[in-house]
Amino acid sequence: MLGLSKSDIRIFLLVVVLTIFAPFILNPFPEASGLAQFNAGYPDLMQRFVIFGIFAIGFNILFGLTGYLSFGHAAFLGVGSYAAIWMMKLLTMNVIPGIIMSVLIAGIFAVAVGYISLKRTGIYFSILTLAFAQMSFALAYSVLTPITGGETGLQPKISDPRMLDAALASGEAPRANLFGLEMGTSYELALSGWVFTFNVGYYVAAIVMIIALYIAIRIFRSPFGVMLRAVKSNQQRMRYTGLNPKPYTLAAFVISGMYAGLAGGLMVAMDTQVGPERMFWTASGEVVLMTILGGTGTIVGPILGAGLIKYMENILSKINADILYEWFAMLPDSIADILVFVIYPFIGKGWHLTLGIIFMCVVIFLPGGLVEGGQRIGNMFGRKKKTEGEKSSQPAE
Amino acid sequence: MSDIKITRRGILKGGTIAGAGLAMPTIFTSSAWAGGHSGFTNAPTGNTVTLGFNVPQSGPYADEGADELRAYQLAVEHLNGEGDGGMLNTFSSKALDGTGILGKKVEYVTGDTQTKSDAARASARSMIEKDGAIMITGGSSSGVAVAVQALCQEAGVIFMAGLTHSNDTTGKDKKANGFRHFFNSYMTGAALAPVLANAYGNDRKAYHLTADYNWGYTTEEAVKNSTEALGWETVAAVRTPLTQTDFSSYIAPVLQSGADVLVLNHYGGNMVNSLTNAVQFGLREKMVNDKNFEIVVPLYSRLMAKGAGANVKGIFGSTNWHWSLAQGFTDASGKKVAPDAASAAFVKSFGEKYGFPPSQAAHTCYVQTILYADACTRAKSFKPSAVGEALEGFRFDGLGNGPTLYRAEDHQCFKDVLVVRGKENPTSEYDLLEVVEITPVDQVIYDASIFGGELGGFNNGA
Repeated sequence: MLGLSKSDIRIFLLVVVLTIFAPFILNPFPEASGLAQFNAGYPDLMQRFVIFGIFAIGFNILFGLTGYLSFGHAAFLGVGSYAAIWMMKLLTMNVIPGIIMSVLIAGIFAVAVGYISLKRTGIYFSILTLAFAQMSFALAYSVLTPITGGETGLQPKISDPRMLDAALASGEAPRANLFGLEMGTSYELALSGWVFTFNVGYYVAAIVMIIALYIAIRIFRSPFGVMLRAVKSNQQRMRYTGLNPKPYTLAAFVISGMYAGLAGGLMVAMDTQVGPERMFWTASGEVVLMTILGGTGTIVGPILGAGLIKYMENILSKINADILYEWFAMLPDSIADILVFVIYPFIGKGWHLTLGIIFMCVVIFLPGGLVEGGQRIGNMFGRKKKTEGEKSSQPAE
Repeated sequence: MSDIKITRRGILKGGTIAGAGLAMPTIFTSSAWAGGHSGFTNAPTGNTVTLGFNVPQSGPYADEGADELRAYQLAVEHLNGEGDGGMLNTFSSKALDGTGILGKKVEYVTGDTQTKSDAARASARSMIEKDGAIMITGGSSSGVAVAVQALCQEAGVIFMAGLTHSNDTTGKDKKANGFRHFFNSYMTGAALAPVLANAYGNDRKAYHLTADYNWGYTTEEAVKNSTEALGWETVAAVRTPLTQTDFSSYIAPVLQSGADVLVLNHYGGNMVNSLTNAVQFGLREKMVNDKNFEIVVPLYSRLMAKGAGANVKGIFGSTNWHWSLAQGFTDASGKKVAPDAASAAFVKSFGEKYGFPPSQAAHTCYVQTILYADACTRAKSFKPSAVGEALEGFRFDGLGNGPTLYRAEDHQCFKDVLVVRGKENPTSEYDLLEVVEITPVDQVIYDASIFGGELGGFNNGA
């Protein structure tokens, strides 16, 4: 079906189903309960899950297949974002032209950066990409202020030209939409205590992610994908057989840059604002973490990694000391104090610490990332399907 | 895979899917950033109301963020009738009675802006979408303030800006749902220039070092225009990268330029480093054009003064509020200024709770919370348009800055501006600045249209 093998189609459909029902899955706790703190089913975070999922899928095409570690992917994310916001300012608040343009501009930029950076391999390649990203950040932050808005960034304004749009009614602000359907529109379904939010923006981003994932799977399983793996395993041997790896690596670099641009364009479509710190080197590092955490070279790994990191960034970081005391309210004060003292460094602003520990554990005990963890658990329980389990662990590379 | 088993679980699953399917067509009919049904975003339904405190808890301004959060917690206590009431007792509007806002107990959620627009917006969106916050406030940088203000405008909640000094926040990027109590670059220039001319003469040559980002530009422009109007000459204005930590290479050319005043348009760690470098170079002992070389820091904060230590002694700058107002002081002309009762009340309740005096960031955040609560009470509604109208053109007193106006045209507060100087003999680590003059509001007010931008209409969201 769809030109995918049986095991791929199973993974693909699983992702599709999970994405469609994310508003339910991510809101497991009733609104009024204390555990509602851990609910992640609100539009902003769900949108972030899928957008960073796209970003990580694209990064994985480069890193997972060719082994080239780019430390500057956030630059493409930023370039895509700026392209999209300018389309919104100049042409229309409809998200389609913005998204298309973000992919194109990021692609062109990736050709330039890739052409130069790919002259080197290994650590030198990583440093070159990092340098490009930091240069882009510095340019956007100050030198290119007329185009990028500098530190304050860009937003749609009432006074923008928007050549294709009808004039706004007075008192109306420009809003991102898809042929009139606003991205911020949500429908809330209340079911005895539970509240589920279905957001237009989320489903638009989710459809784009599913398409992006499908294309990525096809790339992984194509002869082109095999070539990329050949680059990773031994470039020299590839050259001896008369094949030039450069076009393949450049193509992979550009494709993955376009994925990043797409993610950037979607970010603008969901939340119409761009700032230069989107291109900062920490943002580039984040996508590396996502990919490694989820499972480098696997199909769903990067999406899982992106989800985990965004979940921790948005949920764990919001738990403060007061909330901890609320949880331990029934314990004696002294014990509560000790517990809070022990837990506090790992939550709230200390969420990076927790992330670091998880990351270390994954790298040491599960080199294949969360996907490998899932497979091990699967193998432990699925005794009957042992042969199948072994088979599915193979394409994890 | 081919044999189909009917299980209880399977039926439940199928039922849920079918239910969701049936619900689908209605998804696009109802618009909701909101939980309530009263015609605006996050209308409070129970007996509580949730405010969102979005402050930098990590990154370069974490200290300021921590102080802002302390002030917010204090304001919430006072609004809920706990503690000694602080500035509620001195506030000219008596609408608030210590029973929360409109009889609803005030609760709050906190978030970390990381001083990044993206992170700040993510955090604000989660407060609005997940926690049902009706108002967002806080922040310690103009980039973040502008970004979050635009978000609040879209979402239909009120934004009460924290520490943000760039002209843009209520200038070219102003939004109807956003309000700023803090002063701005323009006011700094207008207040500082006469004091500088007075102290250093009218024929000075100034050299600007400016942090290479938006706030730096507006501050440089403001100081340049106001000092040039009084006869100063600007020799050069050099941009320095924001990430710069060693400014020696920028300080060295200053002496060759023939300038006799150095203006450091830097904030936070930048200012601490550039000032320290300048002092180490011995600039302040130099005589240029037969005049003593001077250094000026347009925007001061107590936390920065602490970082720069003894280097701030005798250096002029401006600030929104300083806790020494609580004690009264003698200004540059020898005039005695009586202690301000409101500042005294605030310093007292803050000091009793936390053990040290509040910073200007804490003050502006506390005041913004009180002003918001008061506006809701006077409007008898949480509806952003009603609250906004109550704030527009509102004149008040007794919140530490003397008589103040919330101007309707750009949602900017106009009040006296403090010109401060690094103290020669500090008595404690908090006592580093002394107020030398209170520049009256008439000297710093400007026409609302000079920065461009459009306020637009209020957005009530859903």
